[in-house]
Amino acid sequence: MDYLDQLEAEAIAILREVAGQFEKPALLFSGGKDSITLVRLAEKAFRPGKFPFPLVHVDTGHNFPEVIEFRDQLVQKLGEKLIIGHVQDAIDSGRAIEQKGKNASRNALQTVSLLEVIEKNQFDACIGGARRDEEKARAKERIFSVRDEFGQWDPKRQRPELWNTFNGKIHKGENVRVFPISNWTELDVWNYIKRENIEIPSIYYSHHREVIERNGVWMAAHEFLNMDADDKIYTKSVRFRTVGDMTCTAAVESEKTEIDDIILEISQSKISERGARMDDKVSEAAMEDRKKGGYF
Amino acid sequence: MDILKFLTAGSVDDGKSTLIGRLLYDTDSVLADQLEAIQKSNRKNDDGTVDLAILTDGLKAEREQGITIDVAYKYFQTEKRKFIIADTPGHIQYTRNMVTGASNADLAIILVDARKGVIEQTIRHSYLVSLLALEHVVVCVNKMDMVDYSEEVFEKIHADYHQLAIKLGIKEVTFIPVSALKGDNIVNDSINMPWYKGKSLLAHLETVPVHQVDHLLPARMAVQWVVRPQTDELHDYRGYAGRVLSGALSVGEEIKVYPSGNKSKIKRIETFDGDLQIAEEGKSITLHLEDEIDISRGDMIGEIERSPLVSNQIEADICWMDTRELDTTATYFIQHQSKVTRCKIKEVLYKVNINTLEKVNADTFGLNDIGRVEIKTADELAFDPYESNKRNGGAIIIDSRTNVTVGALMLRAAL
Repeated sequence: MDYLDQLEAEAIAILREVAGQFEKPALLFSGGKDSITLVRLAEKAFRPGKFPFPLVHVDTGHNFPEVIEFRDQLVQKLGEKLIIGHVQDAIDSGRAIEQKGKNASRNALQTVSLLEVIEKNQFDACIGGARRDEEKARAKERIFSVRDEFGQWDPKRQRPELWNTFNGKIHKGENVRVFPISNWTELDVWNYIKRENIEIPSIYYSHHREVIERNGVWMAAHEFLNMDADDKIYTKSVRFRTVGDMTCTAAVESEKTEIDDIILEISQSKISERGARMDDKVSEAAMEDRKKGGYF
Repeated sequence: MDILKFLTAGSVDDGKSTLIGRLLYDTDSVLADQLEAIQKSNRKNDDGTVDLAILTDGLKAEREQGITIDVAYKYFQTEKRKFIIADTPGHIQYTRNMVTGASNADLAIILVDARKGVIEQTIRHSYLVSLLALEHVVVCVNKMDMVDYSEEVFEKIHADYHQLAIKLGIKEVTFIPVSALKGDNIVNDSINMPWYKGKSLLAHLETVPVHQVDHLLPARMAVQWVVRPQTDELHDYRGYAGRVLSGALSVGEEIKVYPSGNKSKIKRIETFDGDLQIAEEGKSITLHLEDEIDISRGDMIGEIERSPLVSNQIEADICWMDTRELDTTATYFIQHQSKVTRCKIKEVLYKVNINTLEKVNADTFGLNDIGRVEIKTADELAFDPYESNKRNGGAIIIDSRTNVTVGALMLRAAL
């Protein structure tokens, strides 16, 4: 089998295990390429039946409008249920406190809303599009990753994962984060999107946009960022390599508008994908710390 | 292009981290921002070059608490193949970690220190490789630079290991003299060992044949999910979703459902991308059968001729993975493919001293112990002996109080 067929077959089998082992699973959908890939894999696992889970989007309120629009169209086309958790609600009610200053981002606040959505809907499994090649804390996470009732990842308590046998047994209140594309790399995802002809939000392709420089990377110039008079606005041809919320996702300069060019550009790139994420630049163990706090 | 999954067996002292670091570095798989982090680090080799072992460094939690997480996965690719390395830390809990890593690997690299030769640890690693029935073994005789790149040293280790491989029944072994530190025969051919005519480690990894569908294996598919849309247009639709574990299933073929023994014929093999005439090992599919028979998650669909063993009394090898000892009076869960049922591990037949390979008497198992047991399950399992078809011969034991995976089973026989 070709490597994409191998990865696909493995991911489909993992999704079917989720359906078989859990009472109330959910698929975490961000509108990014990895979760869009998950949606295609779910179609392959369950069609012509319905998905045995809703899609769940934790909306920071600072998302790219193109991504939100894409999300709504996709959900309509799929005919599946979408549940949205709003970070704004958590802020308004005081359960989350907005960061201050130039580098303020709602990325970390997503965890509050995610845990609220999980609790409210009693989800026992949340499928996510994280990959092990993204970051070294991810490299050590299981495909079925058990979280306690506070959503915490405890690297010490991870279960050994043998063969393709996934142990999803949990106590009430705990839940499992499931990562069907754990073994995929960034390039695998792009090659799969190309092969399957999967639609993705337009901001992944090069476009002209007003940007400002922040900590050595280009950020979309937008009211969501705390800009001030010192911030010089440039218009550049850029594309986004990962799609998080506007305050934590940096653009890369690129003229590429075709998927083949983007694949080539990524395979030649010398900067890792998460190098364009402000949230990982905070400290060496930034991802590890966030995961322990319940981040997906 | 396909994927090769491999694990590296060896301790820190054997240069395991350096070997993995070298593979990543010399295949240009280290990205600029990661490289920058390494160059900033104070850890350098004696000659001032960067310490490549940093590329396999652990998490903050591991450093702070002095623990190691069982397996870290690393990814790289060349023009010929994609690679997934299961990097299992070498110190405490090594058996548990290596068994976990090996269960999902196609190939094992066993590191032998050229100065030490075949030692107790080599026996231990090799035993685990044979227990998990890995198809391919590569013995990397490392630190050749410390023995003046001596052919004699290499040949001696070659001969010693050959004896061990025969004893353990390991069939395919490839020997490569390397220096992970200096880069000899890892990615680039060594200029220091002109007497070695074989391939470099990477060249071997790129070309060793894996994932060829073994047509000699019987067809098996565990039912994971029953697709029943129950809509107006698909009122009678009923599909059995699962992955072909071994062999191949084809349209028109007679099948049997285990453990019930009900028979039917394959009407259709459905995938999202269209129907198939034949579905081979590894493929995730949805089966449609001619007859309406009772099938649910946990059932095994297989060919009629070569049936699996169906039993609720099973003999198996076990690797115990929990700090709490095995309790022969307790009820555990056993998970085999999509089937989960209760079980008791009724009897410990023997324990294996994995340093000497001797079988010793034992009443129970502690963390990292390996041996043979008799299990009684509540429902029957449909399995193949691990040594003849490992794709349907492995199972796990789950503690019913903590829900933790506490044991790995290689199922051997029905009693």
